[in-house]
Amino acid sequence: MSSAQIEIQLIASLVAIACAIPGTFLVLRKMAMISDAISHSILPGIVIGFFITHDLNSPILILLAALTGIITVILVEYIQKTGLVKEDTAIGLVFPALFSIGVILIAKNANDVHLDVDAVLLGELAFAPFDRLMISGVDVGPKSLWIIGSILLITVSLLFAFFKELKVSTFDKGLAASLGFSPAIIHYGLMSVSSITTVGAFDAVGAILVVALMIAPAATAYLLTTDLKKMLGLAIGFGMFSAIAGYWVAHWLDASIAGSITTVLGLLFFLVYLFAPSKGVIAVLYKEKQQRIEVSLLTFLLHLKNHNEEVERHVNHLNEHINWQKVRSKTVLELALKNNMIIINDSIVSLTEKGDEFTSLAIDYIITNEDSQIEGMKDDFFLFRG
Amino acid sequence: MEKIAVKIDDLTVAYNYKPVLWDIDLEIPEGVLMAIVGPNGAGKSTLIKSILGILKPIAGSVSIYGKSYEKQRSLVAYVPQKGSVDWDFPTTALDVVMMGTYGSLGWIKRPRQKEKKAALEALEKVGMLPFKNRQISQLSGGQQQRIFLARALVQNASIYFMDEPFQGVDATTEIAIINILKELRKAGKTVIVVHHDLQTVPEYFDWVTFLNVKKIATGPVKDIFNDDNLTKTYGINYKVSIQE
Repeated sequence: MSSAQIEIQLIASLVAIACAIPGTFLVLRKMAMISDAISHSILPGIVIGFFITHDLNSPILILLAALTGIITVILVEYIQKTGLVKEDTAIGLVFPALFSIGVILIAKNANDVHLDVDAVLLGELAFAPFDRLMISGVDVGPKSLWIIGSILLITVSLLFAFFKELKVSTFDKGLAASLGFSPAIIHYGLMSVSSITTVGAFDAVGAILVVALMIAPAATAYLLTTDLKKMLGLAIGFGMFSAIAGYWVAHWLDASIAGSITTVLGLLFFLVYLFAPSKGVIAVLYKEKQQRIEVSLLTFLLHLKNHNEEVERHVNHLNEHINWQKVRSKTVLELALKNNMIIINDSIVSLTEKGDEFTSLAIDYIITNEDSQIEGMKDDFFLFRG
Repeated sequence: MEKIAVKIDDLTVAYNYKPVLWDIDLEIPEGVLMAIVGPNGAGKSTLIKSILGILKPIAGSVSIYGKSYEKQRSLVAYVPQKGSVDWDFPTTALDVVMMGTYGSLGWIKRPRQKEKKAALEALEKVGMLPFKNRQISQLSGGQQQRIFLARALVQNASIYFMDEPFQGVDATTEIAIINILKELRKAGKTVIVVHHDLQTVPEYFDWVTFLNVKKIATGPVKDIFNDDNLTKTYGINYKVSIQE
């Protein structure tokens, strides 16, 4: 690996981490689309900032552009508050307007601005190592590495300082307000961090893909854990993995790095979406099937409990009587036998003591909804797992 | 004369310039267990949220033991409607209860052993200790409500505001909750509950406020919980038999 290759991967990883942190909270606050709006509407901020500073990496430009991000959020909220349109419509109105101002500004000043619309939309990570930061004549590394590094440092410090406040205001805005943690301050704090991160990442991955880096790792992590800290950790891990894997995919395909990173992110999400242990599609389908069988089993056991007459408990009668379409009675009979809940003598089915007890407990639970009695059953039966 | 816990003067609150609460004057004495009743859209939740500074009134003032809410935050605990939060949020029962301690910690400071111990005690009190590590979406509606109650208990406040704590809970949980509320009153706390089930008002509460955009009446249940006030509040002829 050349040093340029290492630098590109390092920049991509830092961008991914810096995006994953605010992204996690955006996903939990159901504000994913706001990051899309911010990433587009900072364009006029970047262009105007460039006119003033003539340096794409100037901190003033970053702050100016981030300010446009905040203005976007305020505009969206203002339009939404009128009650005339919903939030998604407000987002759809605001960001294209601001973005197109940026596009026109670029087109009108194409000769002066070293910006083109392609680079704005997609970024160009491959060129990042060419723009070096020199401190008294010494080359200390690519400028974008320093920029995104500083932004990440700020983000991580804020996360450590205000983790508790972010958590409570994301989960329960009303409680946060009543405890004195102004949800507005936290909201605009998060929006500011998101905007600054977006500007910092813009150069590397462009307006469209920065959204993917914010949302996809967090959405993937959300499917895998029920703990906020783990969700943050996983989101960061997925982001870094995609950044590095994406770089090598691009290298191998000779394609856009940002495009490859996003593709890896998409694939990662798709895999987790299918195979996540409890929330994944396959797990859910399996659970539903198990529940269907177990409901049938319970129906069947209850029938046995309610009927002593032999004619009602004959195997053939059960086939006719409990007429399931999706679960064959054979499966249910086998499941009951396997769990020692029934015995079959001369084609007459009877409940065993265990089966009888199980049925009583299950019915009790269904009637009273008292959880305590069925804790033990939860391990064996999906039906009782909430 | 008994102390006044909450005093509301000329409170008017509007959404989009349409008043939902109109010129409310209300005094809540210390140590009562009070129901706020009224039809849907009467402004019951709005009243609580305005007292707690979550909503800004367009006129009027609220004081808690004579001072503004901002100065008395530590005396007040709040249980929002269960439906107001996303129960799929990645967190556990214990963690939600710990949030009750955040107010006393203030900004930046993290909860430690002391806060955790208080949260565990509160969970014990509502009978939810065995579920402390359960993800909150894995709890039943009644259990979620108990978690919310535990979160308020851990604040160790003097005044408790609860927004429909009995909504969507099973009978066992309802009894468990009301018993805890009665214990709070016995300990001298003031408990204010937005309540829907008129039948249970005389049994559960000793004080009641009728609200329908304007305040209709407030006072001891035995004096003012009658057909006249119910009709004034709900607009149709209401007949509720009250056990004497």
